[in-house]
Amino acid sequence: MADRTSVRAGSRRPQRYLPLQILLGFLVIYFLVPFWWIIVNSSKDAPGLFGGGNTLWFTDRIDYLGNLEQLFTYDGGIYLRWILNSTLYAIAGGIGATVLAVMAGYGFAKYRFAARRFSFAVVLGALMVPATALVIPTFIMFSRLGMTNTIWAVILPSLLNPFGVYLMHVYARDAVPDELLDAARVDGAGELRTFLQIALPMMRPAVVTVLLLSAVASWNNYFLPLAMLSDNRLFPVTVGLGLWQGIASANNSGSTSLWSLIILGSLVSVIPLIVAFFSLQRHWRGGLSVGGLR
Amino acid sequence: MTVLTEQREPRTQPETRKIRGKVHLREHLMGWFFVGPFGIVFLAFLIAPLGYALYLSLFQKKLIGGTSFVLFDNYVKAFTDPSFLSGAWFVIRFSLVSIPVQIALALAMALILDAVTTLFARFSRLMIFLPYAIPTVIGAVMWGFLYSKGFGPLTDIFGLFGTTAPDFLGSNLIFYGLLNVVTWQWAGYYMIILYSALQGIDPTLYEAARMDGAGRWQIATRIKIPLIAPALILILVFSLIGTLQFFNEPQILRYLAAGTIGTDFTPNMYAYQQAFGLANFNYGSAISFALGGVVFICVYAFLFFTRKRRSFL
Repeated sequence: MADRTSVRAGSRRPQRYLPLQILLGFLVIYFLVPFWWIIVNSSKDAPGLFGGGNTLWFTDRIDYLGNLEQLFTYDGGIYLRWILNSTLYAIAGGIGATVLAVMAGYGFAKYRFAARRFSFAVVLGALMVPATALVIPTFIMFSRLGMTNTIWAVILPSLLNPFGVYLMHVYARDAVPDELLDAARVDGAGELRTFLQIALPMMRPAVVTVLLLSAVASWNNYFLPLAMLSDNRLFPVTVGLGLWQGIASANNSGSTSLWSLIILGSLVSVIPLIVAFFSLQRHWRGGLSVGGLR
Repeated sequence: MTVLTEQREPRTQPETRKIRGKVHLREHLMGWFFVGPFGIVFLAFLIAPLGYALYLSLFQKKLIGGTSFVLFDNYVKAFTDPSFLSGAWFVIRFSLVSIPVQIALALAMALILDAVTTLFARFSRLMIFLPYAIPTVIGAVMWGFLYSKGFGPLTDIFGLFGTTAPDFLGSNLIFYGLLNVVTWQWAGYYMIILYSALQGIDPTLYEAARMDGAGRWQIATRIKIPLIAPALILILVFSLIGTLQFFNEPQILRYLAAGTIGTDFTPNMYAYQQAFGLANFNYGSAISFALGGVVFICVYAFLFFTRKRRSFL
């Protein structure tokens, strides 16, 4: 994929099409408006926010630092805890789901074992199961085990990523030649060593893609932690901000400061993912095309 | 389910086939070694909850007489329950409008970005994709602010023209309010998938088409779109599954649009309300399962009508 793009870009001069670029400009504005609004309004204090000035421009008082201080000290620094919880859930869920998906995808692609076809069909069928339909029974199962309201109730169910298995299966099938694996075996490498040293490096773009998609899914998860957790010190940032929004809306007059916390809190919470996406861009784009091309 | 599986047999070398017995056992063991860990998670967090939900949905809990086995009564109740039916009708209607809008926009953007190769186009691609990195909850919060009378710019903008701003949180326009949030959130992600597929097309095809006198528009409609049809089908199916389970956005906007979005706005919200609001887990499970059935039927019908069953997945 990368080769082809560079050949295309290199062999021809850039294609301009001015009207299309202007159209793109409008689209970019549309997609950026909410970010702009939130960046502008994070700078305002409560009077600025409610003063009725221009909602798409700064007021005279730009006070990011003061607002940040308020955000991170409100309610004993609960917001920082939420961010750390989200980070933990995203890393643990993301890495766990990826390890399982990579192994399973490789196994399905490269070994002919009993019930392989049937198992893979079941996994593909699982892509159609509404994930949220699983939340209620999973909650009851965890509550029978006394495990609701623990971090495990959020991390363990997010280890399940059938789409990751499908993606890895396609990628391992197409990008890792059997001949190479056989050659490694003939040279005396064990199965595990063949997997780790030969196959895994070749599957890297897909691994990064699955890792990123699983981590994003865990970070964005709302329904599962909302159902599982009642202690707000275990909340991820999505559930936490939802909680604040509920409080602020229910009691509009007394909680003006909470609105500015929600606005800045939303801004701060999206920064880690944006950074992760853009810094890893080179790696995940190649992997993403695989799922769509087959 | 078998229609979805079309896969190549892994190749086995002729030499290894001769010593079948030993190799086979080894292959079985190694195969299960790799698939096993995922298999355990799959059984524990997919098969077991599904089975359990089915089991729960066959019982009813009454104040007098305790829990009793009622077979399909909960399903009969669900499919005659106006709350469930109106929610299901809403998500089906919403899918019929929002999915074509999102995919058409994503396809148009992908085609533009495939044709225009300037630095600005590359920048636009990233910016259009940006909302995907935003949790749906945060996206809904952000748009909720933009819609709201107090914080949003709509009042000012429409005030300039001397008209009152549309209320996207009111019952008339909430459909469009949500449509906008969902499109903003997902169109960029679909665009990236389609764009990657377009970039995978062999450019010599375009040269050949140009030689034959095809214009840019013809190349787009006759070559590019048919070649990325599998990617289109894939995102259509995923967006259908996602939209029918609609939960996060209306749940968040509910706080701002209290009178407009009730607890039974979508089937998933209704199931959540039954299970966690009213502790009626049996009926909540039945609704989840009924919703799963609706999803399954819709996806299957879609795949059937597009007649792409064999090339999907």
